[in-house]
Order: sequence, then structure tokens, then C-alpha cells
Amino acid sequence: MGAHTEIHASAYAGAFTDPVFQSQSVFRALMDAMARPGTITPLGATATPPAPLGAGAGAIALTLCDDGTPLWLTNALIQSSVPAWLSFHTSAPVTNVKPEARFVFIEAGGIVPGFDQFALGTQEYPDRSATLVIEIASLTGGPEFVAAGPGIKDESIIAPKGLPDIFLTLWAENRGLFPRGVDLILVAGTDVLCLPRTTKLRRREV
Amino acid sequence: MTDLATYNFAYLDEQTKRMIRRAILKAISIPGYQVPFASREMPMPYGWGTGGVQVTAAILGPKDVLKVIDQGADDTTNAVSIRAFFQKVANVAVTTKTRDATIIQTRHRIPEETLTAGQTLVYQVPIPEPLRFLEPRETETRKMHALEEYGLMHVKLYEDIARNGHIATTYAYPVKVEGRYVMDPSPTPKFDNPKMHMSEALQLFGAGREKRIYAVPPHTDVVSLDFEDHPFEIQHFDKPCALCGAEHVYLDEVVLDDKGGRMFVCSDTDHCEDRREHGHAGHLLAQQEAAE
Repeated sequence: MGAHTEIHASAYAGAFTDPVFQSQSVFRALMDAMARPGTITPLGATATPPAPLGAGAGAIALTLCDDGTPLWLTNALIQSSVPAWLSFHTSAPVTNVKPEARFVFIEAGGIVPGFDQFALGTQEYPDRSATLVIEIASLTGGPEFVAAGPGIKDESIIAPKGLPDIFLTLWAENRGLFPRGVDLILVAGTDVLCLPRTTKLRRREV
Repeated sequence: MTDLATYNFAYLDEQTKRMIRRAILKAISIPGYQVPFASREMPMPYGWGTGGVQVTAAILGPKDVLKVIDQGADDTTNAVSIRAFFQKVANVAVTTKTRDATIIQTRHRIPEETLTAGQTLVYQVPIPEPLRFLEPRETETRKMHALEEYGLMHVKLYEDIARNGHIATTYAYPVKVEGRYVMDPSPTPKFDNPKMHMSEALQLFGAGREKRIYAVPPHTDVVSLDFEDHPFEIQHFDKPCALCGAEHVYLDEVVLDDKGGRMFVCSDTDHCEDRREHGHAGHLLAQQEAAE
């Protein structure tokens, strides 16, 4: 009974205290970050979801998810009180069918499934694709990639730390599907770095 | 803020904002592609900028400074009423100065002053589908975009040349975004097309009646369609602005009397006022001052 009550308490607390303005400020940070891929952008507000979901990813869920956006969660998230928290605060249904998910949440250190297992959109409706919110150890200090594409003046260097080793291959395949493909929001703490499907990445030659 | 009690901030309810915000993020991810969205009834008729208003309402925050222009002017009916709407429902700071604004909602012009990285330009769009007058069926135009089949648009421009000797399209001049999607830049004069290319500012497009949102991120390739032997050209004006003497700006014709008198003045009123404040004078202003 004690443990049960605890799960419930953590499921009810930790949302925005000022939802209208906090979600606006998180959205604007996401909009700027998506329009300028590779730029590290602080989210204007944070949430305190139950572990293992982080503060930044929690704020993104509160800002973008509702009953129209099925979510896919990793096993670690499913087994925590995160589904109860998301359900209480956003009404978003959780699905275990990957192509049905509009948003995908992966906690730091969680296994990142192949991007093509999720909705990629269709050639007619490429917007009907998943957005993956992936928490990683850090947005800096990892292997260096050169990023280019819309939103980036010439080229920029990104170095997210904590992505799987085959990330570059997965991303090149995703980029090759354009205009179809998933979009990524990388989160470390309360900072984000967005990679829309248009961004080209290559390993930086040292 | 007590006046706001009857409305949510910026008029729209939070669920509508979320839906529009998700559409905006996908639009940015697929530059030039029209994302369908569940456009709402707004307290103004379709054709008055309900698409732009919904986009602005979904992105607007209390720290923003809003500028609204209608054909370049801050003081015409559509601009004044939309500005007043957001002052009422969001209590937002407004300006007529291009450089002070964080969000500029526009009906059919891009300001003359070069936009910067912190700014977002929101276009009001009547017909978002550039192929609509060539192919009325949505099912077909969608397939044409899917297959990148834009031959029909080139035929249309070619027929312009065959009939008139040059491309006669002067506004809503089709562009290709990032080498993929053909996009309607909304009925801005083609004079403004080059400003969309590699802009520092984020450009968002909202079509309320047609229920579409699309976007051009900063630093994105926007190329006006043309032919090697008939390259794209913007409009040129013989004379500078009659009030501020500006050259290389878009001018409006103003009829002065019933004897054929007319003048050409800046369509961008803020740009014109700013120049006059800085001592620039066109020939009519100079004459007036000499007479006084």
C-alpha cells in the first residue's frame, strides 16, 4: 500500500506551475532549436517528472503531447511511474506499436531503436512521422559531427555525447528518405539540440 | 491583466496551440511542405488573415514585440485590427519599427529592412497551393508534390513567355525551397522573393481557410522558378520614392488628383518614415518644404 501511494504521489506532482506561459516558452525554445539545427538551446521552463524521465524531456511532453499523440516509451520508462505521470498530465495514450507513436521518449542511456521502426510519414504526408525525444549524457564532448542543411549557415559542429555508435549510419538512412523521416530532439538536462530530417551529418575529419 | 480573464492568453485554447505548435515543428522539418492543421474559427472572417493570426497566437509570448503589416503599411485596416486583437487578447507589446519587432505578421510584403536572427516573419496566406490554379484536385496536387512533378508549373511560366514575351507573373511568384518543394510565397510581389532566400529570420506561413501551415527555416535555399534564357527578374522602378527618395525599394502608386497627377511612394511605411526622420527627402517632400 505504501509503495502504491508513492507511485500515485509522483504521478500527480511535477507538472508546470504556470502551464500557459511555461509551455509557450518551452515551445519557442523548440521552435528556435528546430529552425537552427545543432544550436544548443535552453528550454525556458522545466518539469519534474518521475525518474528515469528527465526534467527537459518532461517539459517537452507537457508542451507537445495530448490525447491526439500516442507515445512510445522504452521498457525502463514503462516500468516506472512515468506512464501514469504522462497520462495524468497530458492524456496522451501510450502505445507499444512503434509505427503508431507520434512521439517517442528514450531516457538517458536507454536503447535507441532503429529510426525506421517508427512512423516515417508517407510521400504524400511526410509530416505524419514520429518525433523522437532522446535524452543523452551531454550535448557537448562527444564525437564531433559536421552538420549542414536548412537552418545552418554554411556548416556547424555538433558533439552530442551518449548516442549509439551506429547513430551516423541510422541518421544517413533517415536523411536518405527525405521528405519522409523522423525528427530528433536531443535533450541533456534542460538543454535541447534538434536535428530535423533535413540536417546532413558527417564525421569531422581531424 | 484583469481584462484577459474571459480569454485564454492569445485567444486560442491550449489544446489548439499544441496542435498548431506540432504542425509548425513538422513544417520547419520539411521546408516548403504544406502541413495540414485543424484551423479554428477565429473572431474575424476568412480572408482577414486567420491563418497568420493562429500561427502568431500559437508562438506569441509575453516577452514578444509584435509588428503587423498589410501591404507594407502598419496603419491600414487589416494591420490595425490584428494588432489591436493581440493587444486585447495577449496584452502584447506592439511596434511599427521593423528592427524592434520579434514577430512580424505580414499580409503580402516583406519589410525592406533586412530581418535578423531573433525575428520570426508570419505570412497570411490565402491559397497555399502553388499548383491549385493549374490542377484543382487536392488529391492530384498532393501526388504532384509527392512525386516532385512540377512540369506543369514550368509550362505555365513558358506560356507566359509565349504570350507576352516575358514571365508575366508579378506576385505569388512560385519558388523552389531547398531544391525540393515548389511553394507559394503568398501574394507578395516578386520583388520580395530574393529576401526569402537565405534569410536570417524564420518564416512561417498560415492559411486559415485552406488549413495549411508551412515554413522556411533561416539559411534556406529559396529559388524563384525561371528559365536559362528568361532568368527571374524583380520589378524595377524608374524613379525613387517621392517622399524619402529611396531607391531599390518596392513602390506604391498614389493618385494625387483627377488630372493624371500621381506619385510613387514606399510601400513599407516604417522604412519610409525612418528614412525621412534621418533627413532623406524625395522630390515631393522637398518641394513641399520649399513652399513652406
